[in-house]
Order: sequence, then structure tokens, then C-alpha cells
Amino acid sequence: MPFFKERTIVSQTVFAPWDDPNQKPLIRFQNVTKRFGEFVAIDDLTLDIFAQEFFALLGPSGCGKTTMMRMLAGFESVTEGKIELSGADIGHVPPNKRAVNMMFQSYALFPHLSVWENIAFGLKRDRKSKAEIDARVDEMLKLTRLEKFSKRKPHQISGGQRQRVALARSLAKAPKLLLLDEPLGALDKKLRQDTQFELMDIQETTGTTFVIVTHDQEEAMTVASRVAVMDEGRIIQVATPANIYEYPNSVYVADFIGDVNIIQGTAAAKGPETYAITWADGQAPVTATSKTSFSEGQEAHLAIRPEKIGISAQKPENADNALQGKVLDIAYLGNLSTYHVQLPGGQIIKAQTANTRRIARRDITWEDPVWISWSATAGVLLAQ
Amino acid sequence: MMRRFTLIAVPYVWLLVLFMVPFLIVFKISLSDAALAIPPYAPTMRDGLATLLSELDFENFVFLTQDDLYWKAYLSSLRIAVLSTFLTLLVGYPIAYGMARAPDEWRATLMMLVILPFWTSFLIRVYAWMGILSNEGLLNQFLIWLGLISDPLVILNTTIAVYIGIVYTYLPFMILPIYAALDRMDTSLNEAAEDLGCSRMQAFWLVTIPLSKNGIIAGSFLVFIPALGEFVIPSLLGGSGTLMIGKVLWEEFFNNRDWPVASAVAVVLLLILVIPIVLFQRNQQKQQEAEQ
Repeated sequence: MPFFKERTIVSQTVFAPWDDPNQKPLIRFQNVTKRFGEFVAIDDLTLDIFAQEFFALLGPSGCGKTTMMRMLAGFESVTEGKIELSGADIGHVPPNKRAVNMMFQSYALFPHLSVWENIAFGLKRDRKSKAEIDARVDEMLKLTRLEKFSKRKPHQISGGQRQRVALARSLAKAPKLLLLDEPLGALDKKLRQDTQFELMDIQETTGTTFVIVTHDQEEAMTVASRVAVMDEGRIIQVATPANIYEYPNSVYVADFIGDVNIIQGTAAAKGPETYAITWADGQAPVTATSKTSFSEGQEAHLAIRPEKIGISAQKPENADNALQGKVLDIAYLGNLSTYHVQLPGGQIIKAQTANTRRIARRDITWEDPVWISWSATAGVLLAQ
Repeated sequence: MMRRFTLIAVPYVWLLVLFMVPFLIVFKISLSDAALAIPPYAPTMRDGLATLLSELDFENFVFLTQDDLYWKAYLSSLRIAVLSTFLTLLVGYPIAYGMARAPDEWRATLMMLVILPFWTSFLIRVYAWMGILSNEGLLNQFLIWLGLISDPLVILNTTIAVYIGIVYTYLPFMILPIYAALDRMDTSLNEAAEDLGCSRMQAFWLVTIPLSKNGIIAGSFLVFIPALGEFVIPSLLGGSGTLMIGKVLWEEFFNNRDWPVASAVAVVLLLILVIPIVLFQRNQQKQQEAEQ
């Protein structure tokens, strides 16, 4: 399950410029389309990104997220529509004239230059004085804890250190916008988690707007203030990580982010904002609340996260929904266990519980008949 | 242990038989005197070892310093080799760059085109250049047909023809190592340079050139070393006005039948070449270390 670091914002108000209609976005995609020959990489996409956001573009490979980033950096032109940075159209500004810097997936460190020279590279192009360059490079080395390695060449340092050099180099020019293309993709899992927090700290310290491209949903959820889930050149949903997880707007998003059970059936009104979903022959309809309305007999998908489903040996009292089945499989993850419960009709529902008791004292095991239950508000009812 | 010894012994035996022994023979001849005999020098092993050793001297080497033909020929060879290496680099680098940036499906074909001339005899290709460059040759006819010139340009039998010949012949040796270096380069490095504020041109000078440095050095030595002792190209294309040490050596050997002086010329040429060869080896070694 993804975990979120609660963002510490200096002011008392929550950081949510996207909810404020008076806020001007830093970046605005206006009906942007990008074609490579016949292939449509970005399809009529409109999106606002605000200053100081940590914005994640999330999607499977080939969904267009890298193309979006390369258009922001200036390496790809826009076929239709326009991209604005601080209100100005940047469509024809070459990469070297944009107040945008990029951290490449391969890091693209210059192998013939030392760490120090790599970080100073962009500053030297600006014809800054030597004292200014020295001060800025030292600042960057300190920020990324690389002081000891300043004289080394890229091939003489570890993968994690190279990642930090790439970050320092792209931040050195204090860009308005920093693009990060799969920045942690080459690191192993443990280092990746530590580096995620480091990235967030650096983003907060420098106040730079970050746009990160990733295919790792956990990474996107951890670092981002908002996440855009993409598929086939379109943005399916843009929301905060918590809202994406709790209120996905489609089965695609629900399925892409985290683990989910999808119960497909037909909806029938049962009360105010409450529906009964007929989902299998010989099974009682399940009850779910929904703010969006469904017509009588409309197809509906109930998406419920495994951790929102309870599992017990006895039938629970007062549960909105309770179904009987038997345990088919148990995935033991240490802190959590996921039970795969097979219903009489053959459907498999995943239920997850925290392992607060020792494994020997667990009362449910394979082949046990069990009850799974959830409340009417636990899931999200989706039309598609 | 024995196997390892055998393995190391193979290249050493090879060097000993095919390089060291012939060199020692040439060196011995360079210390002898010319004679009307077969072979045309004295003393030989037939005179006995004691006489042989007592009659060897450095007279021929002293002679090389006395006649200004020789040091002029060495200098002229050096100048021609340096300049033609530079010209080959100027022509070869853009070709290698174009090949490395060409679409993947073209590369094998382009590589083939670079290597293709090797399928024809080197001598025939140089002769073909005589047909192209002569006063009534293809190039002059073409330029006159275009109306650019009214009288044919005299190119054949000048130093210019030698430069053209050397650049043409040794171009693949320049292209291939540079191509290898450029091909390995990650193109995102150039994008990174542009992203950090370089123009395309600056990115080329600051990133592409330094990263293909090893290829440039390797290619330059591969052209310079054989060009210095080149004989066929200056004698076929250069005419009598072009002075190159390879040609001098040939004339001493075959026209004057002065084997000892010819051998002395060869020994000095080898000594001159040892410097760039050692530098070349060091470059290759450094490159290998950097890759590890």
C-alpha cells in the first residue's frame, strides 16, 4: 500500500493553488496535441501546473508522459495548441533559452568532467563571474551532500551519488521549473525510498516547481502534491494522491493505483445517494453510496480497496455488506496479510488486514470458511 | 602455469621472428659498407665473426647527416604526414559524425561503403587517381565542361596530388575509430548540454569533441604512421618534385643498390616512428583503463 508523507507547508492554509480560481498557473497546456507521423502521442491535452507544485505524470510506458516532459524542455515541438510558462507561449523557444532544466533518466552526466565541473556547466554558459559560480556550486554540493566528491569523475562515484550530481546540476541555474524523468528508476528499492524523501526536502527548501515523470505509482503517490494519471496520450485524472486513491474517477485509475476489487453489476436506487448493485446470480445485491447518480439498471463498477474489507470467522453484525466465502490464498507481507477469498460463484475478493497479532495466533487460515464485509461508504461506484 | 607461459610466448615469438630478427638484419646491414658482390655489402658472415664485428661502423649514419637530401626528405615527409593527417581528420570527422547519427537501418550500409574501397587493389586505386587528376583527366575535363576553367589545372605530379592520394587512401582508418567513439556516445549528453544553456554548436565543442577525443587520437596515429613512410603515393602521384623519405629509401635500395645507406635510412625512419607509436599505445591503454 502506498504511504504519503504529509506535506509540511509553512503557512497555516493547505497548499492547494489548484482549488483557487484566482491563482495563475506556472505552466498551462492548452489543447496540446503532438503527433509523430500518424501516431498521436498527446491528444488534445489541457492542464495547469502551479508554482511550487511537485507534480507527477504517471502512466504506463508509451502513454505520452515523456513526450509531455520533452515538450516542456523544448526537445519536441507542439503539433497543435500551445504551452505557456508564466503566461508566455514557449512553443518556439529553444531548450537553451528556457528557464526550465531537466534531470535526465540516464542522468546524462558529462563523463569527461568532474562532479564540480558538471554542476558548474550551466552556470558557466550564463557567463557568471568565477566567485558567483564557486558560491553556487558549493551551495549545490552542500544541498546534495556531495562536498567530498567534487573532484571525482562520474564513473568514480556510486549510482546514488550520480543521481544527486544530476539533481544538483539541473538545480544549479535555479530554474523556474525542474523536470525529472524517472529520476529514481536506476536506484535499488531501499535507496529509492530514502531518495524520495530527499527529493521532497530539496523541493521544499528550494521552492522550485518540480514535474516528475514516473511509471512507479508508489513513487508518484509519495512525492507529489498532485498526480496526473495518463493513458494513450490523455490525462484520465488529476488529483492529490489521497483523492486519486480514495476517489478514482474510473476503473482504469482505480486499477492503476494500488490494489483494488472491482465488482461489476447493475445499479438500482435504494435511498438518497445510495444504490443496490446486483452483481451475481444467487447473491444478495451489495449496497454502496455514490454522489454521482446512476439511472435504473445502469452498468456500475464498485471499486473497493482490499484494506477496506474486513474478514472474520463469524458473520459480522451491522455490516452493510457481508458475503461468505472460503480462503483460497494468503499473501503474507510481514506487516500486512492479503486474503484471497473465493465466493461461491467463483469470484475472488481480496481483503487485507494489519498483522497486529503474531502469526501463530492468527485465527484464519487456508480453506477456512470466512465472512468478508464492508460498509456502504467503503467503495467508489464508477460508471466506467 | 605452463599453459599461461605458452599463451604469452606466442606473441613474443611472433614479434621476435617477424620483427626483431629482420630489424637486427637491417641494422647490421646499415653498419656495413656497400660492395660489388652478392649480397651487395661487406662484410658478411662468410668473413668470420671476428672480421665481421671489427669492420662494422656508423659511417652510413654519419653520411645521412652530411648530405642534406636525407634530412630534407625526413622533414618534408613529416610535413606531408602531419598536414595530410590533419586534412584526413577534417574530411573524416564529418563523415564519422554523419554515420553515427544516421538511422540505425542505414549504418551497416554506410559502414560497408567506407570499407568497400579495400576490396580493390590499393595500387589500382592510386592509378585511378592518376586518370582523374592528369591534365587530360576526368577532373579537368569536368571543370572545363562546366566552364569554370579554360586551361587544365596542373594537379598530378605536384604535392597536392600526394595530399589527395593520402587523404583518400587513409580515410577509412580515420573514420572507423572516430565512428566507434561517437557511436558509443549517449545522445542525451548533447540534450543535457543544450538544456543547460549551450547552443547546438557549443554543445558540439564542449561535449561531442572532447568525448570523441580518443577516437580522433587513434585515427590520427593510424593515418600519420603509415603516411610518414609512404612510398607508392608520392612516386605515382607526386612526380619528381615531391621529396619523401619512402621514395628516397626505394631509390637507394633499387636504383643505387646501396643497401647499407638504404638500411640506415630505414633504421632512422623507424626511430622517428617509435615516438608516435609509443604515444598511440599509451592512448589506447588509457582508453581501456577509462572504460573499466
